[in-house]
Amino acid sequence: MRDVAIVGVGLTKFGERYEVGLRGLMAEAGLAALQDAKISSKEIEAAYASIMASGRLTGQEHVAALLADQMGAKNIAATRIENACASGGSALMQGYLACASGMVDIVAVGGVEKMTDVTGSEATTALGGAGDQEWELAQGITFPGLYALMARRHMHEYGTTEEQMASVAVKNHENGYKNKYAQFHKLVTVDEVMKSKMIADPLKVFDCSPISDGAAVVILAPLEKAKKYTDTPIKIVASAQASDTLGLSDRDSLTGIKAASIAAKNAFAQAKLEPKDIDIAEVHDCFTIAEVMAMEDLGFYKKGEAAKAIADGETRLNSKLSVNTSGGLKACGHPVGATGVKQAVEVTWQLRGEAGDRQVKDAEIGLTHNVGGSGATAVVHIMRRTN
Amino acid sequence: MENAPAGSWRKQDATYNMTGSKCEKCGTMYFPPRIICRNCGRDGKIKEHKFSGEGSVYSYTVIRVPPHDFRNVAPYTVAVIKTNEGPMVEGHIVDNGKKVEIGAKVRIVLRRMTVDGEEGLIHYHYKFELV
Ligand SMILES: [Zn+2]
Repeated sequence: MRDVAIVGVGLTKFGERYEVGLRGLMAEAGLAALQDAKISSKEIEAAYASIMASGRLTGQEHVAALLADQMGAKNIAATRIENACASGGSALMQGYLACASGMVDIVAVGGVEKMTDVTGSEATTALGGAGDQEWELAQGITFPGLYALMARRHMHEYGTTEEQMASVAVKNHENGYKNKYAQFHKLVTVDEVMKSKMIADPLKVFDCSPISDGAAVVILAPLEKAKKYTDTPIKIVASAQASDTLGLSDRDSLTGIKAASIAAKNAFAQAKLEPKDIDIAEVHDCFTIAEVMAMEDLGFYKKGEAAKAIADGETRLNSKLSVNTSGGLKACGHPVGATGVKQAVEVTWQLRGEAGDRQVKDAEIGLTHNVGGSGATAVVHIMRRTN
Repeated sequence: MENAPAGSWRKQDATYNMTGSKCEKCGTMYFPPRIICRNCGRDGKIKEHKFSGEGSVYSYTVIRVPPHDFRNVAPYTVAVIKTNEGPMVEGHIVDNGKKVEIGAKVRIVLRRMTVDGEEGLIHYHYKFELV
């Protein structure tokens, strides 16, 4: 295995992109990544496309070949990766493995989701497929419902409050406000979150990430050749993934995501780093409770202590640990298949010092945490600036 | 989506009677049923096992924004139930006027879940009521 680096990144504006379709989103992010790496389409040797529910949401399957074609990478091997909301992290891992193996040099990893061409209830149904279709969705248990069940139990066991959860949304909107790619440029208060419409008690609409369109692309190269494309290669120092039962009821615990703890433990071991070494983290805040659990599962806080720390501001921009500088899924948006790749794009920008108003001072090491469904898949990557 | 009836038919023993499975080698019970034991793998000895349908509320929520098939049913309460036998199971809590809270005792009841249009199938499913 050889070292691999991110040498180019591209992102579309996230949000309700009525003017552009699935392929247009991929092409937009792809073009930005090609320009960023100053690389020719002809140099790309393999592509991994992450998308969760294109069939249900747009009618289009078989999107990896479409990504390769839209990026002008003719006739290359292109493979779709679907792991629900963790598709992006999983595709990044597959791209990393392909490059690390020595089989190919330049790999494009592209994530996309086009979600606003269907009604809200159709999108809710499609997302429900990230849980256990036969035993959860078939009983009308939605995706917010699953996280609500976890939130209620977390509140019961650790005294976590709805206000503390709301503070996750407040923080992530603060960060998203500074990100031109974010779906929402709007500050919110704890009070506004608390008074927003109930979706699945105790989760309100402002506790939930939105339905979004968007795409993200990263280009990987062997570290030894990375300087050809960028002055600041971002080395992938860990890539780890774990799984768990599809349904909630078979899990050991509802107050954490075991797959994420395992992936994190393996990632830190690969990187020979500890949680305290991390400067920035993009974590999977599909719901506010998910960020609380992420901070505990990743080892940044002891079980039951993250909610208070977040409410106290310890994970705001340029504080103890800057979390979800992009605005997270909550404010930047959550085009499902794009999310895991977007996390890598944001970390790359931060580690290069290109994050503008939301730049974290002297960020050198970053982490991404991407969760599928209610936790049946989790992927953790750790990245480090090299120059 | 329009579904053929086989999907709900093959689950009937589980969705009507809460029939799961049990590994007679290690004693682990499963609902929904499995044929490979998570502890014993291929050495497990899986047999059909009917759950009592009694347990208590482990966590709960009220679904207010439902998936398409449940658009005429919302809001409804769903819970993770810790069965008296040990495994957890997810299901609806029927409204019988009693207060849903963590730890509340429940028992199984058979109720209508969804209806596939005016002339389509009526899907029945276990639910839980507070006792
Ligand atoms: Zn066994």
